[in-house]
Amino acid sequence: MASSEEDGTVEEKENNNKKRTKSALTTAWLTFYNIAMTAGWLVLAMAMLRFYIKKGTHKGLYRSIARTLKFFQTFALVEVGHCAIGIVRTSVIVTGVQVCSRIFMVWLVASSIRQIQNEESVILFLVVWTVTEITRYSYYTFKLLNHLPYFVKWARYNFFIVLYPLGVIGELLSIYAALPFVRRSGMYSMRLPNKYNVSFDYYYCLIIVMLSYIPCKETVCLEPTFKLLQTSFSCKTHLTHSKGSKLAVRMRSINKKVIGSISSISENYG
Amino acid sequence: MKHYEVEILDAKTKEKLCFLDKVEPNATIGEIKSMFHRTHPQWYPARQSIRLDPKGKSLKDEDVLQHLPVGTTATFYFRDLGAQISWVTVFLTEYTGPLVIYLLFYFRVPFIYAPKYDFTTSKHWVVHLACMCHSFHYMKRLLETLFVHRFSHGTMPLRNIFKNCTYYWGFAAWMAYYINHPLYTPPIYGEQQIRLALILFLFCQIGNFSIHIALRNLRPPGSKTRKIPYPTKNPFTWIFLLVSCPNYTYELGSWLGFTLMTQCLPVAFFTLVGFIQMTVWAKGKHRSYLKEFRDYPPLRSPIIPFIL
Repeated sequence: MASSEEDGTVEEKENNNKKRTKSALTTAWLTFYNIAMTAGWLVLAMAMLRFYIKKGTHKGLYRSIARTLKFFQTFALVEVGHCAIGIVRTSVIVTGVQVCSRIFMVWLVASSIRQIQNEESVILFLVVWTVTEITRYSYYTFKLLNHLPYFVKWARYNFFIVLYPLGVIGELLSIYAALPFVRRSGMYSMRLPNKYNVSFDYYYCLIIVMLSYIPCKETVCLEPTFKLLQTSFSCKTHLTHSKGSKLAVRMRSINKKVIGSISSISENYG
Repeated sequence: MKHYEVEILDAKTKEKLCFLDKVEPNATIGEIKSMFHRTHPQWYPARQSIRLDPKGKSLKDEDVLQHLPVGTTATFYFRDLGAQISWVTVFLTEYTGPLVIYLLFYFRVPFIYAPKYDFTTSKHWVVHLACMCHSFHYMKRLLETLFVHRFSHGTMPLRNIFKNCTYYWGFAAWMAYYINHPLYTPPIYGEQQIRLALILFLFCQIGNFSIHIALRNLRPPGSKTRKIPYPTKNPFTWIFLLVSCPNYTYELGSWLGFTLMTQCLPVAFFTLVGFIQMTVWAKGKHRSYLKEFRDYPPLRSPIIPFIL
Protein backbone atom coordinates (compact mmCIF):
# COMPACT_ATOMS: atom_id res chain seq x y z
CA MET A 1 0.00 0.00 0.00
CA ALA A 2 2.69 2.39 1.13
CA SER A 3 4.88 1.57 -1.88
CA SER A 4 2.05 2.29 -4.36
CA GLU A 5 1.42 5.65 -2.68
CA GLU A 6 5.11 6.42 -2.99
CA ASP A 7 5.06 5.38 -6.64
CA GLY A 8 2.22 7.78 -7.19
CA THR A 9 4.05 10.77 -5.74
CA VAL A 10 7.32 9.78 -7.43
CA GLU A 11 5.50 9.71 -10.78
CA GLU A 12 3.98 13.11 -10.05
CA LYS A 13 7.39 14.51 -9.18
CA GLU A 14 8.84 13.04 -12.35
CA ASN A 15 6.10 14.65 -14.42
CA ASN A 16 6.61 17.99 -12.71
CA ASN A 17 10.34 17.76 -13.34
CA LYS A 18 9.71 16.97 -17.00
CA LYS A 19 7.39 19.98 -17.25
CA ARG A 20 9.93 22.23 -15.57
CA THR A 21 12.81 21.18 -17.81
CA LYS A 22 10.54 21.53 -20.85
CA SER A 23 9.54 25.09 -19.92
CA ALA A 24 13.13 25.97 -18.99
CA LEU A 25 14.23 24.68 -22.38
CA THR A 26 11.53 26.61 -24.26
CA THR A 27 12.30 29.81 -22.35
CA ALA A 28 16.00 29.36 -23.12
CA TRP A 29 15.31 28.80 -26.82
CA LEU A 30 12.86 31.70 -27.09
CA THR A 31 15.25 34.04 -25.29
CA PHE A 32 18.08 33.00 -27.61
CA TYR A 33 15.83 33.39 -30.65
CA ASN A 34 14.62 36.87 -29.69
CA ILE A 35 18.12 38.08 -28.83
CA ALA A 36 19.40 36.74 -32.15
CA MET A 37 16.62 38.46 -34.10
CA THR A 38 17.11 41.76 -32.23
CA ALA A 39 20.80 41.55 -33.05
CA GLY A 40 20.08 40.71 -36.66
CA TRP A 41 17.81 43.67 -37.22
CA LEU A 42 20.26 45.93 -35.36
CA VAL A 43 22.96 44.78 -37.78
CA LEU A 44 20.64 45.65 -40.65
CA ALA A 45 19.97 49.08 -39.15
CA MET A 46 23.68 49.74 -38.73
CA ALA A 47 24.44 48.59 -42.26
CA MET A 48 21.76 50.88 -43.67
CA LEU A 49 23.01 53.87 -41.65
CA ARG A 50 26.65 53.23 -42.61
CA PHE A 51 25.76 52.99 -46.29
CA TYR A 52 23.75 56.20 -46.24
CA ILE A 53 26.40 58.13 -44.29
CA LYS A 54 29.19 56.87 -46.58
CA LYS A 55 27.44 57.24 -49.94
CA GLY A 56 25.04 60.08 -49.14
CA THR A 57 22.34 58.46 -51.26
CA HIS A 58 19.92 55.56 -50.93
CA LYS A 59 20.69 54.24 -54.41
CA GLY A 60 22.29 50.83 -54.11
CA LEU A 61 21.35 50.54 -50.42
CA TYR A 62 18.93 47.69 -50.99
CA ARG A 63 21.48 45.65 -52.92
CA SER A 64 24.00 46.04 -50.11
CA ILE A 65 21.69 44.68 -47.40
CA ALA A 66 19.60 42.28 -49.49
CA ARG A 67 21.32 39.10 -48.30
CA THR A 68 21.09 39.93 -44.59
CA LEU A 69 17.48 41.06 -44.97
CA LYS A 70 16.52 37.85 -46.77
CA PHE A 71 18.17 35.76 -44.07
CA PHE A 72 16.58 37.39 -41.06
CA GLN A 73 13.14 37.92 -42.55
CA THR A 74 12.97 34.31 -43.80
CA PHE A 75 14.19 32.98 -40.46
CA ALA A 76 11.06 34.50 -38.92
CA LEU A 77 9.18 31.50 -40.33
CA VAL A 78 10.34 29.81 -37.14
CA GLU A 79 7.74 31.90 -35.30
CA VAL A 80 4.97 30.08 -37.11
CA GLY A 81 6.45 26.88 -35.72
CA HIS A 82 6.43 28.38 -32.22
CA CYS A 83 2.69 29.02 -32.47
CA ALA A 84 2.04 25.60 -34.00
CA ILE A 85 3.70 23.70 -31.14
CA GLY A 86 2.16 26.03 -28.58
CA ILE A 87 5.15 27.64 -26.92
CA VAL A 88 3.88 31.04 -28.03
CA ARG A 89 0.24 31.89 -27.47
CA THR A 90 -0.66 33.39 -30.81
CA SER A 91 -2.83 32.10 -33.64
CA VAL A 92 -0.84 30.16 -36.25
CA ILE A 93 -2.88 31.70 -39.05
CA VAL A 94 -2.31 35.32 -37.97
CA THR A 95 1.44 34.82 -37.58
CA GLY A 96 1.54 32.81 -40.80
CA VAL A 97 -0.18 35.53 -42.81
CA GLN A 98 2.09 38.20 -41.36
CA VAL A 99 5.36 36.34 -42.01
CA CYS A 100 4.21 35.26 -45.48
CA SER A 101 3.36 38.83 -46.48
CA ARG A 102 6.82 39.96 -45.37
CA ILE A 103 8.52 37.12 -47.26
CA PHE A 104 6.39 37.94 -50.30
CA MET A 105 7.57 41.59 -50.22
CA VAL A 106 11.22 40.60 -49.81
CA TRP A 107 11.55 37.68 -52.22
CA LEU A 108 8.83 38.25 -54.79
CA VAL A 109 8.77 42.04 -55.04
CA ALA A 110 11.88 43.84 -53.83
CA SER A 111 14.54 41.23 -54.60
CA SER A 112 13.17 39.96 -57.88
CA ILE A 113 12.20 43.27 -59.51
CA ARG A 114 15.54 45.04 -59.70
CA GLN A 115 14.22 48.23 -61.21
CA ILE A 116 12.39 49.30 -58.05
CA GLN A 117 15.27 48.73 -55.64
CA ASN A 118 16.26 52.40 -55.73
CA GLU A 119 12.74 53.66 -55.08
CA GLU A 120 12.15 55.75 -51.97
CA SER A 121 9.15 53.63 -51.04
CA VAL A 122 11.39 50.58 -50.64
CA ILE A 123 13.69 52.48 -48.28
CA LEU A 124 10.60 53.66 -46.40
CA PHE A 125 9.27 50.21 -45.64
CA LEU A 126 12.78 48.93 -44.89
CA VAL A 127 13.26 51.62 -42.23
CA VAL A 128 9.79 50.99 -40.80
CA TRP A 129 10.36 47.24 -40.64
CA THR A 130 13.76 47.69 -38.99
CA VAL A 131 12.44 49.96 -36.23
CA THR A 132 9.38 47.75 -35.76
CA GLU A 133 11.31 44.51 -35.51
CA ILE A 134 13.97 45.87 -33.20
CA THR A 135 11.24 47.15 -30.85
CA ARG A 136 9.26 43.93 -31.06
CA TYR A 137 12.10 41.46 -30.53
CA SER A 138 13.69 43.49 -27.74
CA TYR A 139 10.29 43.70 -26.05
CA TYR A 140 9.97 39.90 -26.16
CA THR A 141 13.55 39.44 -24.97
CA PHE A 142 13.09 41.73 -21.96
CA LYS A 143 9.75 40.15 -21.17
CA LEU A 144 11.32 36.66 -21.15
CA LEU A 145 14.10 37.93 -18.89
CA ASN A 146 11.43 39.41 -16.59
CA HIS A 147 13.02 42.84 -16.78
CA LEU A 148 11.00 45.07 -19.06
CA PRO A 149 12.15 48.72 -19.18
CA TYR A 150 9.26 51.15 -19.39
CA PHE A 151 10.57 52.72 -22.58
CA VAL A 152 10.49 49.40 -24.47
CA LYS A 153 6.94 48.76 -23.35
CA TRP A 154 5.91 52.29 -24.30
CA ALA A 155 7.59 51.96 -27.69
CA ARG A 156 5.86 48.65 -28.38
CA TYR A 157 2.40 50.06 -27.82
CA ASN A 158 2.93 53.50 -29.35
CA PHE A 159 5.40 53.33 -32.23
CA PHE A 160 3.00 51.33 -34.34
CA ILE A 161 0.58 54.26 -34.50
CA VAL A 162 3.04 56.00 -36.82
CA LEU A 163 4.93 52.99 -38.17
CA TYR A 164 1.90 50.98 -39.26
CA PRO A 165 0.50 53.47 -41.79
CA LEU A 166 3.99 54.39 -42.99
CA GLY A 167 4.79 50.72 -43.56
CA VAL A 168 1.57 50.15 -45.50
CA ILE A 169 2.26 53.23 -47.65
CA GLY A 170 5.83 52.07 -48.34
CA GLU A 171 4.75 48.57 -49.32
CA LEU A 172 1.85 49.69 -51.50
CA LEU A 173 3.90 52.31 -53.34
CA SER A 174 6.65 49.74 -53.97
CA ILE A 175 4.24 47.23 -55.47
CA TYR A 176 2.66 50.00 -57.54
CA ALA A 177 6.08 51.04 -58.82
CA ALA A 178 6.83 47.44 -59.80
CA LEU A 179 3.70 47.00 -61.92
CA PRO A 180 4.96 48.35 -65.27
CA PHE A 181 8.15 46.26 -65.08
CA VAL A 182 6.16 43.12 -64.30
CA ARG A 183 3.81 43.77 -67.20
CA ARG A 184 6.62 44.36 -69.64
CA SER A 185 8.71 41.33 -68.64
CA GLY A 186 5.81 38.91 -68.06
CA MET A 187 7.69 37.48 -65.10
CA TYR A 188 6.21 34.63 -62.99
CA SER A 189 3.41 34.36 -65.52
CA MET A 190 2.13 31.47 -67.61
CA ARG A 191 0.02 31.83 -70.73
CA LEU A 192 -2.24 29.51 -72.70
CA PRO A 193 -1.91 27.15 -74.48
CA ASN A 194 0.10 24.81 -72.25
CA LYS A 195 -0.24 21.16 -71.23
CA TYR A 196 -1.47 22.01 -67.71
CA ASN A 197 -4.36 24.07 -69.05
CA VAL A 198 -3.85 26.86 -66.58
CA SER A 199 -2.74 30.48 -66.82
CA PHE A 200 -1.36 32.93 -64.29
CA ASP A 201 -0.70 36.64 -64.63
CA TYR A 202 1.59 38.06 -61.94
CA TYR A 203 0.57 41.60 -62.92
CA TYR A 204 -3.08 41.04 -61.94
CA CYS A 205 -1.98 39.01 -58.94
CA LEU A 206 -0.08 42.06 -57.64
CA ILE A 207 -3.12 44.28 -58.20
CA ILE A 208 -5.25 41.85 -56.19
CA VAL A 209 -2.60 41.87 -53.44
CA MET A 210 -2.74 45.66 -53.31
CA LEU A 211 -6.54 45.62 -53.10
CA SER A 212 -6.47 43.02 -50.36
CA TYR A 213 -4.55 45.43 -48.13
CA ILE A 214 -7.85 47.29 -47.65
CA PRO A 215 -9.94 44.54 -45.98
CA CYS A 216 -6.97 43.00 -44.15
CA LYS A 217 -5.63 46.20 -42.66
CA GLU A 218 -9.08 47.61 -41.92
CA THR A 219 -10.22 44.72 -39.77
CA VAL A 220 -6.90 44.32 -37.98
CA CYS A 221 -6.01 47.94 -37.36
CA LEU A 222 -8.34 50.80 -38.20
CA GLU A 223 -11.55 49.54 -36.64
CA PRO A 224 -10.20 48.93 -33.11
CA THR A 225 -8.18 52.17 -33.22
CA PHE A 226 -11.28 54.20 -34.10
CA LYS A 227 -13.24 52.56 -31.33
CA LEU A 228 -10.52 53.40 -28.81
CA LEU A 229 -10.30 57.04 -29.95
CA GLN A 230 -14.09 57.33 -29.83
CA THR A 231 -14.52 55.99 -26.33
CA SER A 232 -11.51 57.82 -24.86
CA PHE A 233 -12.98 61.06 -26.25
CA SER A 234 -16.39 60.41 -24.72
CA CYS A 235 -14.73 59.42 -21.45
CA LYS A 236 -12.86 62.73 -21.23
CA THR A 237 -16.14 64.64 -21.47
CA HIS A 238 -17.67 62.57 -18.66
CA LEU A 239 -14.88 62.81 -16.12
CA THR A 240 -17.36 63.52 -13.35
CA HIS A 241 -18.87 60.03 -13.57
CA SER A 242 -17.89 57.56 -10.89
CA LYS A 243 -15.87 54.40 -11.50
CA GLY A 244 -18.86 52.13 -11.21
CA SER A 245 -21.02 54.09 -13.65
CA LYS A 246 -22.39 52.32 -16.70
CA LEU A 247 -20.17 54.35 -19.05
CA ALA A 248 -17.04 53.50 -17.08
CA VAL A 249 -17.94 49.79 -17.01
CA ARG A 250 -18.69 49.84 -20.73
CA MET A 251 -15.47 51.74 -21.46
CA ARG A 252 -13.41 49.28 -19.49
CA SER A 253 -14.86 46.35 -21.41
CA ILE A 254 -14.34 48.05 -24.78
CA ASN A 255 -10.82 49.05 -23.72
CA LYS A 256 -10.05 45.44 -22.88
CA LYS A 257 -11.20 44.24 -26.30
CA VAL A 258 -9.43 47.04 -28.14
CA ILE A 259 -6.17 46.62 -26.20
CA GLY A 260 -6.46 42.96 -27.00
CA SER A 261 -6.71 43.56 -30.73
CA ILE A 262 -4.10 46.32 -30.65
CA SER A 263 -1.74 43.91 -28.90
CA SER A 264 -2.29 41.46 -31.68
CA ILE A 265 -1.49 44.11 -34.31
CA SER A 266 1.50 45.19 -32.24
CA GLU A 267 2.42 41.51 -32.16
CA ASN A 268 3.08 41.84 -35.81
CA TYR A 269 3.91 45.44 -36.47
CA GLY A 270 5.69 46.57 -33.31
CA MET B 1 -49.14 13.27 -12.59
CA LYS B 2 -46.64 15.74 -11.23
CA HIS B 3 -46.00 18.67 -13.49
CA TYR B 4 -42.64 20.28 -13.97
CA GLU B 5 -41.77 23.95 -14.03
CA VAL B 6 -39.21 25.07 -16.58
CA GLU B 7 -37.26 28.28 -16.47
CA ILE B 8 -34.98 29.27 -19.31
CA LEU B 9 -32.08 31.64 -18.69
CA ASP B 10 -29.72 33.28 -21.15
CA ALA B 11 -26.40 31.38 -21.07
CA LYS B 12 -24.32 34.57 -21.18
CA THR B 13 -26.24 37.13 -19.13
CA LYS B 14 -28.12 34.60 -16.92
CA GLU B 15 -31.18 36.79 -17.39
CA LYS B 16 -34.52 34.99 -17.05
CA LEU B 17 -36.01 34.72 -20.52
CA CYS B 18 -38.97 32.45 -20.04
CA PHE B 19 -40.90 30.63 -17.35
CA LEU B 20 -43.10 27.70 -18.26
CA ASP B 21 -45.32 26.09 -15.68
CA LYS B 22 -47.40 22.88 -15.89
CA VAL B 23 -44.94 21.15 -18.25
CA GLU B 24 -45.60 17.43 -18.72
CA PRO B 25 -42.85 15.15 -17.38
CA ASN B 26 -42.69 13.32 -20.70
CA ALA B 27 -42.30 16.55 -22.67
CA THR B 28 -39.32 16.55 -25.01
CA ILE B 29 -36.77 19.32 -25.46
CA GLY B 30 -38.26 19.84 -28.90
CA GLU B 31 -41.65 20.61 -27.37
CA ILE B 32 -40.05 22.95 -24.83
CA LYS B 33 -38.32 24.74 -27.71
CA SER B 34 -41.69 25.24 -29.41
CA MET B 35 -43.14 26.67 -26.19
CA PHE B 36 -40.14 28.98 -25.85
CA HIS B 37 -40.61 30.05 -29.47
CA ARG B 38 -44.18 31.12 -28.69
CA THR B 39 -42.97 33.58 -26.05
CA HIS B 40 -40.02 34.75 -28.15
CA PRO B 41 -41.14 34.54 -31.80
CA GLN B 42 -37.78 35.73 -33.15
CA TRP B 43 -36.06 32.58 -31.88
CA TYR B 44 -37.50 29.71 -33.89
CA PRO B 45 -36.66 26.23 -32.51
CA ALA B 46 -33.90 25.55 -35.05
CA ARG B 47 -31.79 28.41 -33.73
CA GLN B 48 -32.23 27.52 -30.05
CA SER B 49 -29.48 25.72 -28.20
CA ILE B 50 -30.84 24.50 -24.85
CA ARG B 51 -28.38 23.15 -22.33
CA LEU B 52 -28.20 22.16 -18.67
CA ASP B 53 -24.98 24.06 -18.13
CA PRO B 54 -24.12 27.45 -19.68
CA LYS B 55 -20.91 26.03 -21.11
CA GLY B 56 -22.16 22.49 -21.63
CA LYS B 57 -23.29 20.56 -24.66
CA SER B 58 -26.57 21.21 -26.37
CA LEU B 59 -29.45 18.95 -25.42
CA LYS B 60 -31.06 16.91 -28.18
CA ASP B 61 -34.62 17.51 -29.31
CA GLU B 62 -35.57 13.92 -28.43
CA ASP B 63 -34.39 14.16 -24.80
CA VAL B 64 -37.29 13.73 -22.39
CA LEU B 65 -37.67 16.13 -19.47
CA GLN B 66 -38.13 13.55 -16.74
CA HIS B 67 -35.03 11.60 -17.80
CA LEU B 68 -32.79 14.64 -17.43
CA PRO B 69 -30.87 15.32 -14.18
CA VAL B 70 -33.22 18.15 -13.11
CA GLY B 71 -35.54 18.74 -10.18
CA THR B 72 -39.23 19.58 -10.51
CA THR B 73 -38.16 23.13 -11.36
CA ALA B 74 -35.81 22.65 -14.27
CA THR B 75 -33.34 25.40 -15.18
CA PHE B 76 -32.07 25.46 -18.74
CA TYR B 77 -29.63 27.80 -20.41
CA PHE B 78 -30.29 29.20 -23.86
CA ARG B 79 -27.86 30.22 -26.54
CA ASP B 80 -28.85 31.74 -29.86
CA LEU B 81 -27.26 29.81 -32.71
CA GLY B 82 -27.90 32.67 -35.14
CA ALA B 83 -29.98 32.61 -38.28
CA GLN B 84 -30.32 29.08 -39.57
CA ILE B 85 -30.90 27.68 -43.01
CA SER B 86 -31.95 24.15 -43.90
CA TRP B 87 -29.35 21.69 -45.21
CA VAL B 88 -31.55 20.87 -48.19
CA THR B 89 -31.67 24.54 -49.23
CA VAL B 90 -27.90 24.90 -48.90
CA PHE B 91 -27.18 21.72 -50.87
CA LEU B 92 -29.60 22.62 -53.66
CA THR B 93 -28.13 26.11 -54.01
CA GLU B 94 -24.50 25.08 -53.85
CA TYR B 95 -24.95 22.27 -56.42
CA THR B 96 -27.15 24.13 -58.91
CA GLY B 97 -24.48 26.86 -59.23
CA PRO B 98 -21.71 24.67 -60.68
CA LEU B 99 -24.19 22.96 -62.99
CA VAL B 100 -25.31 26.26 -64.53
CA ILE B 101 -21.92 28.00 -64.42
CA TYR B 102 -20.08 25.18 -66.21
CA LEU B 103 -22.67 25.26 -68.98
CA LEU B 104 -22.22 29.02 -69.41
CA PHE B 105 -18.54 28.40 -70.12
CA TYR B 106 -19.25 25.31 -72.25
CA PHE B 107 -21.56 27.24 -74.56
CA ARG B 108 -19.05 30.10 -74.58
CA VAL B 109 -21.52 32.75 -73.59
CA PRO B 110 -20.34 36.32 -74.53
CA PHE B 111 -17.90 38.33 -72.36
CA ILE B 112 -15.93 35.29 -71.21
CA TYR B 113 -13.64 34.57 -74.14
CA ALA B 114 -12.72 36.75 -77.11
CA PRO B 115 -15.82 37.81 -79.14
CA LYS B 116 -14.88 35.70 -82.17
CA TYR B 117 -15.43 32.57 -80.01
CA ASP B 118 -18.92 33.50 -78.75
CA PHE B 119 -21.33 30.57 -78.92
CA THR B 120 -18.79 28.36 -80.70
CA THR B 121 -18.08 24.81 -79.57
CA SER B 122 -14.76 23.15 -78.85
CA LYS B 123 -13.23 20.95 -81.52
CA HIS B 124 -11.98 18.42 -78.93
CA TRP B 125 -14.42 15.62 -78.11
CA VAL B 126 -12.94 15.30 -74.59
CA VAL B 127 -14.35 18.76 -73.82
CA HIS B 128 -17.87 17.53 -74.64
CA LEU B 129 -17.27 14.42 -72.57
CA ALA B 130 -16.03 16.50 -69.64
CA CYS B 131 -19.15 18.66 -69.80
CA MET B 132 -21.35 15.58 -69.71
CA CYS B 133 -19.45 14.12 -66.75
CA HIS B 134 -19.45 17.35 -64.76
CA SER B 135 -23.14 17.96 -65.37
CA PHE B 136 -23.99 14.34 -64.58
CA HIS B 137 -22.08 14.61 -61.31
CA TYR B 138 -23.96 17.65 -60.09
CA MET B 139 -27.35 16.38 -61.33
CA LYS B 140 -26.70 13.21 -59.35
CA ARG B 141 -25.91 15.29 -56.28
CA LEU B 142 -29.10 17.35 -56.65
CA LEU B 143 -31.26 14.25 -57.02
CA GLU B 144 -29.57 12.60 -54.06
CA THR B 145 -30.25 15.69 -51.94
CA LEU B 146 -33.92 15.57 -52.86
CA PHE B 147 -34.56 11.82 -52.70
CA VAL B 148 -31.77 9.91 -51.03
CA HIS B 149 -30.10 11.67 -48.15
CA ARG B 150 -31.52 11.58 -44.62
CA PHE B 151 -30.10 14.48 -42.62
CA SER B 152 -29.29 14.27 -38.90
CA HIS B 153 -29.53 17.99 -38.36
CA GLY B 154 -32.21 20.00 -40.11
CA THR B 155 -30.30 23.27 -40.28
CA MET B 156 -26.90 24.95 -40.33
CA PRO B 157 -25.84 28.58 -39.68
CA LEU B 158 -26.84 31.00 -42.42
CA ARG B 159 -23.31 32.23 -43.14
CA ASN B 160 -22.39 28.72 -44.29
CA ILE B 161 -24.36 29.14 -47.48
CA PHE B 162 -22.18 32.07 -48.54
CA LYS B 163 -18.98 30.25 -47.66
CA ASN B 164 -20.03 27.01 -49.40
CA CYS B 165 -21.41 28.67 -52.51
CA THR B 166 -18.27 30.77 -52.93
CA TYR B 167 -16.22 27.56 -52.78
CA TYR B 168 -18.30 25.48 -55.19
CA TRP B 169 -19.25 28.23 -57.63
CA GLY B 170 -15.78 29.79 -57.61
CA PHE B 171 -13.98 26.53 -58.34
CA ALA B 172 -16.57 25.53 -60.97
CA ALA B 173 -15.97 28.81 -62.82
CA TRP B 174 -12.18 28.47 -62.55
CA MET B 175 -12.19 24.88 -63.90
CA ALA B 176 -14.78 25.51 -66.60
CA TYR B 177 -12.88 28.54 -67.90
CA TYR B 178 -9.82 26.49 -68.80
CA ILE B 179 -11.51 23.28 -69.97
CA ASN B 180 -13.77 25.16 -72.39
CA HIS B 181 -11.10 27.64 -73.47
CA PRO B 182 -10.44 27.92 -77.23
CA LEU B 183 -6.73 27.29 -76.48
CA TYR B 184 -7.41 24.14 -74.42
CA THR B 185 -4.80 21.37 -74.83
CA PRO B 186 -6.23 17.81 -74.71
CA PRO B 187 -4.52 15.13 -72.55
CA ILE B 188 -1.01 14.07 -73.62
CA TYR B 189 -1.72 10.34 -73.80
CA GLY B 190 -4.84 10.99 -75.85
CA GLU B 191 -7.58 8.45 -76.14
CA GLN B 192 -6.03 5.93 -73.72
CA GLN B 193 -5.83 8.48 -70.96
CA ILE B 194 -9.38 9.71 -71.53
CA ARG B 195 -10.81 6.18 -71.64
CA LEU B 196 -9.09 5.15 -68.39
CA ALA B 197 -10.22 8.38 -66.73
CA LEU B 198 -13.80 7.85 -67.84
CA ILE B 199 -13.89 4.29 -66.49
CA LEU B 200 -12.49 5.49 -63.15
CA PHE B 201 -15.01 8.34 -63.04
CA LEU B 202 -18.05 6.15 -63.80
CA PHE B 203 -16.93 3.40 -61.45
CA CYS B 204 -16.60 5.87 -58.59
CA GLN B 205 -19.88 7.61 -59.39
CA ILE B 206 -21.74 4.30 -59.18
CA GLY B 207 -19.80 3.44 -56.01
CA ASN B 208 -20.62 6.78 -54.40
CA PHE B 209 -24.32 6.34 -55.24
CA SER B 210 -24.33 2.79 -53.83
CA ILE B 211 -22.87 4.01 -50.56
CA HIS B 212 -25.47 6.77 -50.30
CA ILE B 213 -28.25 4.22 -50.82
CA ALA B 214 -26.69 1.86 -48.28
CA LEU B 215 -26.42 4.64 -45.67
CA ARG B 216 -30.01 5.68 -46.33
CA ASN B 217 -31.24 2.13 -45.74
CA LEU B 218 -29.50 2.09 -42.37
CA ARG B 219 -31.90 4.67 -41.07
CA PRO B 220 -35.70 4.25 -41.10
CA PRO B 221 -37.60 7.28 -42.44
CA GLY B 222 -38.01 10.16 -39.98
CA SER B 223 -35.67 8.64 -37.39
CA LYS B 224 -32.24 9.73 -36.31
CA THR B 225 -30.85 6.30 -35.33
CA ARG B 226 -27.16 5.60 -35.75
CA LYS B 227 -25.86 2.18 -36.80
CA ILE B 228 -22.57 0.77 -38.06
CA PRO B 229 -22.71 0.44 -41.85
CA TYR B 230 -21.81 -3.00 -43.25
CA PRO B 231 -21.23 -4.35 -46.78
CA THR B 232 -24.43 -5.40 -48.57
CA LYS B 233 -25.06 -7.59 -51.62
CA ASN B 234 -23.91 -4.69 -53.85
CA PRO B 235 -20.18 -5.23 -54.62
CA PHE B 236 -19.59 -1.49 -54.52
CA THR B 237 -20.35 -1.53 -50.79
CA TRP B 238 -17.76 -4.20 -50.03
CA ILE B 239 -15.32 -1.34 -49.51
CA PHE B 240 -17.02 -0.91 -46.10
CA LEU B 241 -14.72 -3.73 -44.96
CA LEU B 242 -11.74 -1.42 -45.29
CA VAL B 243 -13.07 2.13 -44.96
CA SER B 244 -15.40 4.05 -42.63
CA CYS B 245 -16.47 6.71 -45.12
CA PRO B 246 -16.36 5.11 -48.59
CA ASN B 247 -18.60 7.83 -50.00
CA TYR B 248 -15.61 10.19 -49.61
CA THR B 249 -13.25 7.58 -51.04
CA TYR B 250 -15.40 7.22 -54.16
CA GLU B 251 -15.80 11.00 -54.39
CA LEU B 252 -12.01 11.38 -54.41
CA GLY B 253 -11.80 8.72 -57.09
CA SER B 254 -14.37 10.50 -59.26
CA TRP B 255 -12.47 13.76 -59.12
CA LEU B 256 -9.14 12.02 -59.80
CA GLY B 257 -10.82 10.57 -62.87
CA PHE B 258 -12.03 13.99 -63.94
CA THR B 259 -8.55 15.48 -63.40
CA LEU B 260 -7.01 12.75 -65.53
CA MET B 261 -9.66 13.22 -68.21
CA THR B 262 -9.21 16.98 -68.54
CA GLN B 263 -5.52 17.24 -67.60
CA CYS B 264 -6.23 20.64 -66.06
CA LEU B 265 -4.32 22.02 -63.06
CA PRO B 266 -7.29 23.90 -61.51
CA VAL B 267 -9.20 20.60 -61.47
CA ALA B 268 -6.24 19.01 -59.68
CA PHE B 269 -6.34 21.81 -57.10
CA PHE B 270 -10.06 21.34 -56.58
CA THR B 271 -9.50 17.60 -56.08
CA LEU B 272 -6.72 18.29 -53.58
CA VAL B 273 -8.71 20.80 -51.53
CA GLY B 274 -11.74 18.51 -51.55
CA PHE B 275 -9.56 15.61 -50.48
CA ILE B 276 -8.17 17.55 -47.52
CA GLN B 277 -11.64 18.60 -46.38
CA MET B 278 -13.10 15.12 -46.80
CA THR B 279 -10.20 13.58 -44.88
CA VAL B 280 -10.91 15.92 -41.97
CA TRP B 281 -14.59 14.92 -42.05
CA ALA B 282 -13.79 11.22 -42.44
CA LYS B 283 -11.40 11.25 -39.48
CA GLY B 284 -14.03 12.96 -37.35
CA LYS B 285 -16.70 10.47 -38.38
CA HIS B 286 -14.33 7.55 -37.79
CA ARG B 287 -13.51 8.84 -34.32
CA SER B 288 -17.18 9.23 -33.40
CA TYR B 289 -17.93 5.72 -34.70
CA LEU B 290 -15.15 4.35 -32.48
CA LYS B 291 -16.48 6.29 -29.50
CA GLU B 292 -20.09 5.26 -29.99
CA PHE B 293 -19.69 1.57 -30.88
CA ARG B 294 -17.60 -0.82 -28.80
CA ASP B 295 -17.58 -3.49 -31.48
CA TYR B 296 -16.47 -1.27 -34.36
CA PRO B 297 -14.46 -3.29 -36.94
CA PRO B 298 -10.77 -2.60 -36.28
CA LEU B 299 -9.63 -3.13 -39.87
CA ARG B 300 -11.32 0.05 -41.15
CA SER B 301 -9.48 3.29 -41.93
CA PRO B 302 -11.25 6.65 -42.20
CA ILE B 303 -10.93 7.33 -45.94
CA ILE B 304 -8.11 5.42 -47.70
CA PRO B 305 -7.69 1.68 -46.97
CA PHE B 306 -4.75 1.07 -44.60
CA ILE B 307 -3.25 4.50 -45.23
CA LEU B 308 -5.48 7.32 -44.06
